[in-house]
Amino acid sequence: MNTIICMKQVPDTETRFQVSSGKIVEEGIQYVVNPYDEYAIEECLLKKEAAGEGQVTVICMGPDRAREAILQALALGCDEAIHLNDPAFEGADAFTTAQVLAAAINKVGEYDFIFTGKQGVDNDNAQVGILLAEMLDLPHVSVITKLDIAGGKATAQREVEGGKQVVETSLPAVFSAQKGLNEPRYPSFRGIRQAKRKPYTTWTANDLGIDPAVLESKSELVSVALPPERGGGRIIEGEPAEAAKELVRLLREEAKVI
Amino acid sequence: MSNNILVVAEVRDGAVKNVTFEMLGKAAALAAKTGGVAEAALLGAGVADQADLLAQYGADKIYLADDPALETFSSEGYTNVLANIVGQAEPAAVFLAASAAGKDIAPRLAARLGVGLESDCTDFALDDDGRLLITRPIYAGKVIATVKLKSTPQMATVRPNVLGAPEPDASRTAAVEKLAVDVGNVRAQVVDTLMAEGGEVPLTEATIIVSGGRGVKGPEGFAPVRALAKALGASVGSSRAAVDAGWIDHSHQVGQTGKTVTPNLYVACGISGAIQHLAGMKTSKVIVAINKDPDAPIFNFADYGIVGDLFDVVPLVEKEVEALLAE
Repeated sequence: MNTIICMKQVPDTETRFQVSSGKIVEEGIQYVVNPYDEYAIEECLLKKEAAGEGQVTVICMGPDRAREAILQALALGCDEAIHLNDPAFEGADAFTTAQVLAAAINKVGEYDFIFTGKQGVDNDNAQVGILLAEMLDLPHVSVITKLDIAGGKATAQREVEGGKQVVETSLPAVFSAQKGLNEPRYPSFRGIRQAKRKPYTTWTANDLGIDPAVLESKSELVSVALPPERGGGRIIEGEPAEAAKELVRLLREEAKVI
Repeated sequence: MSNNILVVAEVRDGAVKNVTFEMLGKAAALAAKTGGVAEAALLGAGVADQADLLAQYGADKIYLADDPALETFSSEGYTNVLANIVGQAEPAAVFLAASAAGKDIAPRLAARLGVGLESDCTDFALDDDGRLLITRPIYAGKVIATVKLKSTPQMATVRPNVLGAPEPDASRTAAVEKLAVDVGNVRAQVVDTLMAEGGEVPLTEATIIVSGGRGVKGPEGFAPVRALAKALGASVGSSRAAVDAGWIDHSHQVGQTGKTVTPNLYVACGISGAIQHLAGMKTSKVIVAINKDPDAPIFNFADYGIVGDLFDVVPLVEKEVEALLAE
């Protein structure tokens, strides 16, 4: 059961952003493993443990600081790491990211399935996993909340409006993880110690046989801005019964939403 | 390549969803500025009768792929059919709904066509070269980005409930081109559908949402929340705390690691208003907060607030709503 998890490092969800000259201010941002990727990592580890054998390879495209996130994935139990680190990768959009990851996956070789988180909580694109599937000519199931593997086939549940779809697919395939797929484990002290001794390879564009000059994002960021501030309104005073009555009156007559 | 914008109709349970009309309205307005028109792609089984509706909301032409093979959704099948339609239509841009299906097909189609895709877009304009200037939220809406695509067709998934649908014109008609359907090699197949009970409007499309948080104290605590939702014809949401505590299914979670919602009215019961929850609901038109902690951060963002025990207040609000709607 050899699996590949494509992971990214993102700003902590507590971050309050500032914008200066149309750009996001980077200083002071804390970085973490993308929350949805934690479910992906956990599922790969669970499937490997259930099979009793196999390798979980974590691939992460990011600058030097991504090392911390990669070591965390190794501490959780991934067996080896590939860090795609090259200035040419900086600012890559979803399409270019998928192209680079696909090249890395082709270099890694055999796998039963590939996992990503359903989306990165920075750009909220929710594309890379699915782009990867098409680029590698694999089937995919996205936003999954359950995965069972048996006899070279996978059965997954994916979230849709009002419920779930049960999807069967051949393997290899690409899955993107939704919250609720599993309960991510915490790293053990042993895991944290062992992480630094696991195979950690860094690849540049050249290592992947990609000419950096050819890497051009299809999406271009024109500008960023902070959304309009939403101010507080009013507290409705009075005993619960009066307040409730006044609230409903305001919602009907002033806000006109009911 | 034309100046037309192709809108992929969002069809669920055999019906075209409102987000389709929102996309058509915007597409027609944008295309008109560059000498083009809005066109629609209608995929499904037994959906041909929906073509008229698409014309009434602004499509000048409908590419109809109506076939039993499209009865059940499959990402590969739908992508294969749409790739064929795009090849014929040669639009300047393609819009899909940022729905479960749309978000599943769009990246596959983008990679197939070798083009860029912008996800969950909330507004569109044109630059001086007639290219789309696209607005979309990033960092769970804490930052708003304006982006452009260098490749053609320019692809975008569109967030429901934001653009607003135009008034339909019952006199409008459109050419319908019925296409032969070849779903191609499909390796991932939907074999079953498990619908949640309740039959609520999905959170991402709901116009009213009543949510419960840590303050409901347990799964039974959602009873007053659900009762108020029922009285309002609303969908039920939740904060992360209640989901993590196992009091309600994750599909109800609103927030950075849950759903982003855009209702007209959001009623937050026993929710403190953490930044991650706010990220999911702050574009609601009107926010009401009911919380017994007067210092709860949510009161800084709510249009109306009641400081009180939700178990006292919410049933009283429900009573008032029922009385009002009975008038």
